[in-house]
Amino acid sequence: MSAEQQERAVRCLVAKVGLDGHDRGAHVIARAFRDAGFEVVYSGLHRAPDDIVQAAVQEDVDVLGISILSGAHNTLVPKVIEGLKEYDAFDDTLVLVGGIIPDEDEADLKELGVAEVFGPGTPMEETIEFIRNNVPERA
Amino acid sequence: MDGSDAPALGDAPTLSAADAALVDELLDGSHRALARVITKIENRTPGYRAIVSALHEHTGGADVVGITGSPGAGKSTLVDKLAADYRDRGDTVGVIAVDPSSPYTGGAVLGDRIRMGSNVGDMDVFFRSMSARGQLGGLSTATADAVKALDAFGKDVVILETVGAGQNEVDVVRTADTVAVLVQPGSGDDVQTLKAGILEIGDVFVVNKADMDGAQRTVAELEEMVHRREGGTTGRDAGHHGAASMASTGADGSGSGHRDAGHAGGSESGETGDAAGVADADDADDDESWTPEVLETVANTGEGVAALIETFDAHAAYLRESGEIAATERRRYAEEIRTLVRADVGALATDEIERRGGIDRLAERVRDRETDPYAVAEAIVGPIADCVEETGDRARDE
Repeated sequence: MSAEQQERAVRCLVAKVGLDGHDRGAHVIARAFRDAGFEVVYSGLHRAPDDIVQAAVQEDVDVLGISILSGAHNTLVPKVIEGLKEYDAFDDTLVLVGGIIPDEDEADLKELGVAEVFGPGTPMEETIEFIRNNVPERA
Repeated sequence: MDGSDAPALGDAPTLSAADAALVDELLDGSHRALARVITKIENRTPGYRAIVSALHEHTGGADVVGITGSPGAGKSTLVDKLAADYRDRGDTVGVIAVDPSSPYTGGAVLGDRIRMGSNVGDMDVFFRSMSARGQLGGLSTATADAVKALDAFGKDVVILETVGAGQNEVDVVRTADTVAVLVQPGSGDDVQTLKAGILEIGDVFVVNKADMDGAQRTVAELEEMVHRREGGTTGRDAGHHGAASMASTGADGSGSGHRDAGHAGGSESGETGDAAGVADADDADDDESWTPEVLETVANTGEGVAALIETFDAHAAYLRESGEIAATERRRYAEEIRTLVRADVGALATDEIERRGGIDRLAERVRDRETDPYAVAEAIVGPIADCVEETGDRARDE
């Protein structure tokens, strides 16, 4: 039945990892993504890297946006990426990091496989545009 | 679909090699494959039908529980606690949580996952959020297919959670074997609104947040309402049994009820009719139909959750022992077949409209009084109807 309409939607997980209780930014992002027509799953606060991996795999998201303001990104992000690889989910998940990331760490994160890092003051449109242009094609 | 085998049941759609591998991986227990299959079901990716077809023979092992209720009643929190309790006794759990999406942007925030605090890190609870995506009638098909994927994966229990706000959601939850309706205390109006549509589908009513003021009153109101519904049911049952006990008289409705017992019960006759019919067939003459229970829970603390699971088990056992499960399944598959056929025929008609210049052009012609809506509909459906009749005739001739 070729006539049936496909209904593809971009699915995102907005994740807060570790001991970082500041989620205003994550909320604002989640709402902006929703208004851009994405389907957004929000992880809630204080998640362990394993929890984020579990959510990303089960929800089969196209985009994983990790919000970190605590400075622990060099510890937490690699764990998340390792977990995604373990479940064979890394290659077709666009991993983004938002929050307070020093410039010197940005290159390392990208080396690890983070597609882009968005610091404070990034216009919402820029992030959304980036996702639209880079969302992984799937079979 | 060539004409020659039209009257036969037809073969399953063919799987592509990649999809066949995906199905194998799912059956082997790959979480990634399961997640990917559900995505394909949601997106209606070409080939998804073949996948669901291939999974069908592996389904039937899971108990499917539907949970519905008004926003804020505590559905997600209760589902979290239920999943944890099921896990404690060794069952694996799948959860499908449906959230509404914006009719304007199609976007959605799927927030149910936040409440799944008791099960984070436990991969044997597979939690999946789905959005309604504004698909007309398609939502219940998509969720039912997702439940099949979880069932085929080998989950012992599948929980289907949805806001009980509209017909779409009611259709979703109806695809479950056991339906629990959640109510919060102190909402007399809530119980009133439940009358329309939702009261009929509940096998279990749960007053959540039972530590709040007014819980007892809500329980009492629900019990009264269930009783009233039972009263109505018993009335009908009595009539049915009365007629049945006269055996061969086969007076009016009851006669057909008997014939239905072995076959698919007429969907219109509803639950009670079928239940009675099957009970007759098993010559259990006492009234064994299920009486909805009203339970209290405090999802936050987990109070009452064990009793709720016991009730779910009791209902599942009732369905099996009374034979009602067969009728329930037949009704559900009948509904699935109808929905699919309607959608496919609708799609054929949509194509035909496109071929005739698109709906806007047709509408403009109607506006210009060149033609009218009935004539347009006739012109579009006519050729399809001819086609169906032709293949039907050919099939009969062979």
